[in-house]
Amino acid sequence: MLRPRKMADFGYHRQSVLMSNEMSNSSFPTVIELVTDIRQGATTASAVLESHLSRIDLRERDIHAFNVVTVEKARETAARIDSDIAAGINCGPLAGVPIALKDNMCTRGVPTTCSSKILEGWKPPYDATVVTRLQQAGAVIVGKTNLDEFAMGSSTENSAFGPTRNPFDTSRVPGGSSGGSAAAVAAGFAAASFGSDTGGSIRQPAALCGVVGVKPTYGLVSRYGLIAFASSLDQIGPFSHSVADAALLLEVIAGHDPLDSTSIPQSAPSLQSALSQGVKGMRIGRIVDLPEGSEPEVLARVDVAFEALKSAGATIVDVTLPSLSFGLTAYYLIAPAEASSNLARYDGVRYGLRVDAEDINAMYGATRGAGFGDEVKRRIMLGTYALSAGYYDAYYGKALKVRRVIADDFARAYSTCDVILSPTSPTVAFPFGSKTNDPLTMYLCDVFTIPSNLSGDAAMSVPFGTGAHGLPVGVQVLAPALGEQPMFRVAAELERAL
Amino acid sequence: MSNASSAPTHSTTLPNGWEMVIGLEVHVELDTKTKLFSASPNRFGDEPNTNIDPVTLGLPGALPVLNRHAVELAMRLGLALNCTVQPSTFHRKNYFYPDLSKAYQITQYDQPLNVDGYLMLPGDIRIGIERAHLEEDTGKSTHFGGSSGRIHGSDYSLVDFNRAGVPLVEIVSRPDIRTSDQARQYVSELRAILLAVGASDAKMEEGSMRVDVNVSVRQAGEPYGTRCEIKNVNSVRAVGKAIEYEARRQVDLVESGGVIRQETRHWDDAEGRTHTLRTKEDADDYRYFLEPDLVLLDPDQEWIDSVRESLPMLPAARRERLAQATGSDKESEAIYVVVERGQDDYVLSVALSGGDASRALVYVQQSFADAGPSPRVPAKDLAVLTVLERDAKVTSTQAKTILAEIVAKGGGDPVAIADAKGFHALDSSALSDLVDVVIADQGEAWAKYCGGEEKALGALVGAVMKTSKGKADGKAVTALLQDRRKSNIE
Repeated sequence: MLRPRKMADFGYHRQSVLMSNEMSNSSFPTVIELVTDIRQGATTASAVLESHLSRIDLRERDIHAFNVVTVEKARETAARIDSDIAAGINCGPLAGVPIALKDNMCTRGVPTTCSSKILEGWKPPYDATVVTRLQQAGAVIVGKTNLDEFAMGSSTENSAFGPTRNPFDTSRVPGGSSGGSAAAVAAGFAAASFGSDTGGSIRQPAALCGVVGVKPTYGLVSRYGLIAFASSLDQIGPFSHSVADAALLLEVIAGHDPLDSTSIPQSAPSLQSALSQGVKGMRIGRIVDLPEGSEPEVLARVDVAFEALKSAGATIVDVTLPSLSFGLTAYYLIAPAEASSNLARYDGVRYGLRVDAEDINAMYGATRGAGFGDEVKRRIMLGTYALSAGYYDAYYGKALKVRRVIADDFARAYSTCDVILSPTSPTVAFPFGSKTNDPLTMYLCDVFTIPSNLSGDAAMSVPFGTGAHGLPVGVQVLAPALGEQPMFRVAAELERAL
Repeated sequence: MSNASSAPTHSTTLPNGWEMVIGLEVHVELDTKTKLFSASPNRFGDEPNTNIDPVTLGLPGALPVLNRHAVELAMRLGLALNCTVQPSTFHRKNYFYPDLSKAYQITQYDQPLNVDGYLMLPGDIRIGIERAHLEEDTGKSTHFGGSSGRIHGSDYSLVDFNRAGVPLVEIVSRPDIRTSDQARQYVSELRAILLAVGASDAKMEEGSMRVDVNVSVRQAGEPYGTRCEIKNVNSVRAVGKAIEYEARRQVDLVESGGVIRQETRHWDDAEGRTHTLRTKEDADDYRYFLEPDLVLLDPDQEWIDSVRESLPMLPAARRERLAQATGSDKESEAIYVVVERGQDDYVLSVALSGGDASRALVYVQQSFADAGPSPRVPAKDLAVLTVLERDAKVTSTQAKTILAEIVAKGGGDPVAIADAKGFHALDSSALSDLVDVVIADQGEAWAKYCGGEEKALGALVGAVMKTSKGKADGKAVTALLQDRRKSNIE
């Protein structure tokens, strides 16, 4: 296994900045193209893997998308798939496709760190359900991608192993927390990848890296083996070059899992069939009371998206979501509260980092003090406080009520429209360090994405041209719970319109 | 361990009008095949850390899945305790300890599965059950080095996670208990119910049943006093002793001008005293919140009804039934013992076979201790024996001999055995003659007896029995001798 050296070892690379102008989504084959070519014998899984590995060799030092690249395992898998295909065995809908996984999904025998020192070197004895389903579908897992520590952040600058850089401009962040997964697809290191989205951690980096990113309905995809940040909000979803790829990938991982009690007891929806249906007659919601603070170029792209859908036969409907701006506040109580409990297990007793000290409480303190980064500590303290006796009602309890109000607002809006369009991120990719001094500025990155985590609804980001500095802009398609089909219909239309 | 028979060995009355107020929190491990939230075996006594899995160890990414059988057993217990089964939720109780793998315990908090039940004690005393809720057990820590056996001051500790995630039900009584005897009766009766419904093996010595005692004192009629919780009470006997000690401690403290602090105290069985474990001030803030990894537990009416219908007859009803059939006091030792052993159906079948129910009860209580709920001896054989004794065809001594042989051989015809052994009770005229012979023979003892020395009666009865070679009935002999003295004195 190849462990990329930390960014700090290399400094800035002017060459990669120059290269960024030459990049575009279309320069890399889609999952569907690869699957078709491999199945038809036009290429092999091994050859596809090698072309991705060579791009990793070329640019990973600049990008740092991965915490680990599993070269040997990937080569073994690709070779096995090639021999199976040669023997006429059906290897599944993703046969031979190189796929990267955010490093908070458990992979048996492969280090799974959450980009935290406290889990450095830990190898899970089991696979996450999503990982099992991908392997059964013939995917070739190429490595584990970098993230903000324990998925807490919007820039991947909070990784204990150094930041990931945006392939479009390596002086800028890829977004986060699934920055490594977004960058891996944008840089052609993997044909697709998976991330987790607790408050926008798939959609926002997808927007900033110019790829498709989907946050499915809560409960559509199993969380078994996803290392929890905030259990009631976390959801796994795909990154891809195309909307059709995302539909295929989601079909593979979705569907009930008896190992996750919050998993919806129904099978995966049919999404690929929705892609060609068009949007004629659909009602697209426009949020009239959208929170302010977005870059004008971003808002302009959303306007273009509305126009495109209108031309394709959709109706634009104004909707109000008065509680939207409270989402951020509620989120930053609920998510840290759950995190303070979810992350309490990293105590040095059974696995991961342990810093010995004179007694048990001192050992807990020393281990957690050394193992967690500042942002993680901040959220653990915030969440512990919010749940404390005497403060629960004022903070956590109130936040739960706001969550209910937001869900009700969305439900009311969806009674008049099928999906809602908004910016994914208020800005394009921002330079390193520009928001790290003030956590609240960083938290604002997720103002448009957080509400659908609170409501449990579906949402996705579709790349839709560029904004300031020629950087990618994503348009967010929001849909009600289990509204993946209308969501993908609209996303596919936007892609066609581009 | 029968209720009524447990002599009130250490039940004292508090002085100066003080009254105890006692509430019990009993944890029982449910008798499931697997753990509450994972597929690892729920088995006591295995090699440490062999019944484990990602969920049990709290590995990153592992998620709990509720064990349906555990829910069913908890409902069986709840319904047997006359509780209402309601839609319920799970919470996380957060605290750090090495044997708590996730650093939170999944437990039911403000919406428990079973609420508002009761349990009846002898004398028709009703003890309210506030709730009986599901939760997971912790692992087991063992601390080495140091003097206290506790984690602080030890050199190192080892943790066994086999017990982690074992399903527990916590049964919380209302503060309705007023004496240590009632507390012991409550624990015994609860245990009997647990065994009857098959919810738990309820072994206090193995820790599958654990009792925490809340004790306060007050002047009768006054509001409740400040309570202390006593932990480490590991036997029914200790329940009584700990309560007696703690109530006296509180009374002494208050009477000497002191104030009771709300605290958790540890029962030291060897020393026979409680001491402070932690005060309310340094109690943890558990930061309870709804467990987001689980969903609402809402058993439908059909499920509840089917569990209720499947409940066996409970110990109280079985004691009532046996007492009626045998003409005994339902709170007598024999009734408790025989029902606790599950031999009441057997006694009833002896009666159905034409036997004498009250004699059958005595035989079974005295001679079937190890026979289990279904003794090998055919009920018909026992029935014949009870009738032989009732009709004075054999003496009670002879009946015991026959019974011993039947028990040893797993059955046999009592009539044939009696014949073979030459067992026949003497008829009354023969017995009367025999008594006269002995009176003549034992002049000295007879004189003493007539002189009012009751002890001499035993010697005379013994002499008659010996002369009769055991064919005389002891009771009949005693009655005859008493008659003779009466007429002699007159």
